Amino acid sequence: MIPVLLIVIPLVSGLLGFFIKSGNGARTWSLVSSLLTLVLSLIGLSLLRTSPYLHADVEWLPGLGSRFSVGLDGMGQIVSLLTAVSFPMIFIATWRTEYKKAGNFYALMLLSQAGLMGVFVATDALLFYFFWELALIPVYFLCSLWGGEKRIQATFKFFIYTFTGSLLMLVGIIWLHNYTPDHSFSLASFYKLRSIISGQDQVWLFWLFFIAFAIKMPVWPFHTWQPDTYEQAPTAVTMVLSGIMVKMGLFGVIRWLAPVLPIGTWAWGDTASALCIIGMIYASLIAIRQDDLKRLVAYSSIAHIGLMCLAIFATNQTGMQGVMIQMFNHGINIIGMWIVVDLIERQFHTRKISELGGLAQKAPVLAILLVVIALANVALPLTNAFIGEFLLFSGVYTSIATKYNVVFTVVAGLSIILSAVYTLNMIQRVFYGDTNRLTEKGTDIRLNEKFVLAVIVVLILVVGVYPKPVLDLTRATVETIIAKMNYKL
Amino acid sequence: MNAIILSAVWGVILMFSGILTKEKSTIRMVAILGLILLLVSNHLDLTGIHFFNIDTHKMLYFDTFGLLANSIVFGSTLLYVLLSGRDMEKVGVNLAEYFSLIFFVLCGTALVTTYNTLLLLFLGIEIISIPLYILTGADKRNLKSNEASLKYFLMGAFSTGLMLLGIAFLYGASQNGSFFIDELAIGRAGLSPLFIAGLLLLLVSMAFKVSVAPFHFWTPDVYDGAPTVFTSFMATVVKAAIFIGFIRLFDEAFGESKAQWQLFIALLTAATLFVGNLTAVFQQSVKRMLAYSSIAQAGFMLLAVLAGNGLAKEGILLYIAAYCLATIGIFAILIKMKDYTFEGFNGLAKHQPLLAATCTIFLLSLAGIPLTAGFFAKYYMLSAVMATGKFFWLVIFAVLCAAVSVYYYFRVIQAMYFKEGEGQDPAPGPVFKGLLVAVAVLILFLGVFPQWLIDKLYTLVYLW
Repeated sequence: MIPVLLIVIPLVSGLLGFFIKSGNGARTWSLVSSLLTLVLSLIGLSLLRTSPYLHADVEWLPGLGSRFSVGLDGMGQIVSLLTAVSFPMIFIATWRTEYKKAGNFYALMLLSQAGLMGVFVATDALLFYFFWELALIPVYFLCSLWGGEKRIQATFKFFIYTFTGSLLMLVGIIWLHNYTPDHSFSLASFYKLRSIISGQDQVWLFWLFFIAFAIKMPVWPFHTWQPDTYEQAPTAVTMVLSGIMVKMGLFGVIRWLAPVLPIGTWAWGDTASALCIIGMIYASLIAIRQDDLKRLVAYSSIAHIGLMCLAIFATNQTGMQGVMIQMFNHGINIIGMWIVVDLIERQFHTRKISELGGLAQKAPVLAILLVVIALANVALPLTNAFIGEFLLFSGVYTSIATKYNVVFTVVAGLSIILSAVYTLNMIQRVFYGDTNRLTEKGTDIRLNEKFVLAVIVVLILVVGVYPKPVLDLTRATVETIIAKMNYKL
Repeated sequence: MNAIILSAVWGVILMFSGILTKEKSTIRMVAILGLILLLVSNHLDLTGIHFFNIDTHKMLYFDTFGLLANSIVFGSTLLYVLLSGRDMEKVGVNLAEYFSLIFFVLCGTALVTTYNTLLLLFLGIEIISIPLYILTGADKRNLKSNEASLKYFLMGAFSTGLMLLGIAFLYGASQNGSFFIDELAIGRAGLSPLFIAGLLLLLVSMAFKVSVAPFHFWTPDVYDGAPTVFTSFMATVVKAAIFIGFIRLFDEAFGESKAQWQLFIALLTAATLFVGNLTAVFQQSVKRMLAYSSIAQAGFMLLAVLAGNGLAKEGILLYIAAYCLATIGIFAILIKMKDYTFEGFNGLAKHQPLLAATCTIFLLSLAGIPLTAGFFAKYYMLSAVMATGKFFWLVIFAVLCAAVSVYYYFRVIQAMYFKEGEGQDPAPGPVFKGLLVAVAVLILFLGVFPQWLIDKLYTLVYLW
């Protein structure tokens, strides 16, 4: 029941949203809808794992063997919670942004939320694919209609990239489906396939799926759409893209790839890990040289996601728990970063780091909140990302799935240092030093922005100090997934 | 049987209605009435009520597959006449003749979907082709229309010759001289060179009719030169019906000699997908782009012929339904435009939001995005080929081509939504808009519940 409502509420309110003409009406409508989703998601969290309300299963396409079956396990809970938390925050933080045809904008935002929720709760492969694409279409229109100057090319590139990846995944899904003895798309029957499919086929299937997920995350060398799209998209959409949508890729690997095709994953895990690490270092180095705030955050995101993907292939409890908690943390933190970027851009109409400076004098509250978020981005102790990245690194280091665990850890560890370089450098150049002609007229942030950033900071610190509830939530899921991944012929 | 006779009779009625009345709307109403009757009588046929019980000596074989395909063909034609019927008046003065030719084409399609001997296949194809040559040249004073008609006629006549030769070869190769397709299948004990030659000749001529590369060269010119209303009909209804005939032939007559032709068809499919998609990318006119897109879509439909299993037969029905609905819709909008280039669509979303929204759904369906009928159509095709366990490379190639197709379909969407334009102000009436919305809703419905259509294959039984 709960997962169905998590999809239906944004879907229906999104469709109705197209008919709202006034900007304020649309804003309020979407905020109410997203808060309702959040409440439902919290109710879902409070329920016991065995509760029947966390699952739903209805006949959908009997001839094809696909069912409308949805469910929330620990991992589903944490990512759907992230989605449910993010949208109201995004709506509040960008409350003052004026969009032309605001009704359509908010309607499409809600539709993308419905798609994302669907991806996170689907336990039927065809349904998963359905929502996977559905999340993409509204985002395509959002970026192309409300984005920056070069939006059309950038978004188109993004669309073609992800669509190609998804089609390859579709081939993979059909292939797996043909193997299932009961001709079904259900996750449970996919999990039974690992002993049926030969190693050679698993390798093919691994790449069909991995390319789709790698494009979404993105992992080097499939990342080239990402900085352009993040830069050109309206900031609210960038938040959705980087905070939640990239998690679709990680989520896909954990749920649909690694446990289903353990041999393929094991055989090519090192290669995939190497790609992740190259991407981390590459993105970090580029981030250091960026002058544009949006591009800087975009590249830093590639580096962080790379680390999470790396830890999946470590195939152990610690690393996987790290991925779970870090998926949530990264979503919260990067939305915080984007909010700050958006605030700066709206006030000074520039994103160039070189043109800014001394903002801390003019906006002390913003500066304090940003520093906390930035420290979380660097993964300093006491922040949520420290917990996450600590688990990730110790997972990679203790991994027995790969022979190169030490090399991976050391090289990936460099990216932490590099992230400190670009993040702190950015803070120093934007917030400290002397004000210039542009920034001396700066003012501090307003109440709604203060509220959202404060919520983010509180989340960062709470999870950073007391991560146990989150870890408890995902423990059972992680255990089953690791057990499936450790399957050997 | 109902449909074959009724469509022929109604064609004659319409031909003479031109003498009795000059009122254009009356003629159109008669045509619409005829199509509704066709649809109903075909459906009655499916449920076991036959108006005519003629012993065809097994030359025709009515099964739910063929009759359901008929229903889709007639339904699409009805939709097409409702959406674009008025625009036929602009082509020339002989409105009654155009409609009667369309009904003759439908008679041909009904034969092609239910034939059981090669002779009737030949008859059906010819009954389809000859009216189409005339319709292509209907814009008599337009040089391009004339050129297209002549080109179509010459190429069509040539492929017909090949088909006849192939049929003669197969007749010679069969054990006791038979045109029946099921006996061809049995009589394959010794695969003689004559049989293979006949098979290949038939394959080439059918490939020509559905514009499969490298036999596609007539398609863009003919589709571009013909009056746009008739292009819409040719590219959708006719192509769909011939595909049903194609898959019947290769499933029932040559199903047991798959090893002989599967690789050949696989190569043709790859070529068609490649040529269709790649060339469509470079087009400047939406009409020409749609011509190449119809080649690309034919490539996907060819996957069903290649697979030739149960999934393929289910899938091809869904595919032709999805393809006809979407393409007829786009053509209906295109006909209303003055400028056929991509730039002509600039800013359509601002001036005609409803037209743009429905057009977007049609394009998404052609591209195969989930939630539209086109997704499940493509899904079935890929699934059918995957189920054969061979030609994995072709499946990957097909999805990569599908990704390319997004490029040119989305160019129209980009023009409509993201670019500023004056707007040509097609100003269609409320009925037209309502129909477009209905088509869009139907596409979305089939995109969520494709089984609604496919289940009919099993729930409806043709009773003798």
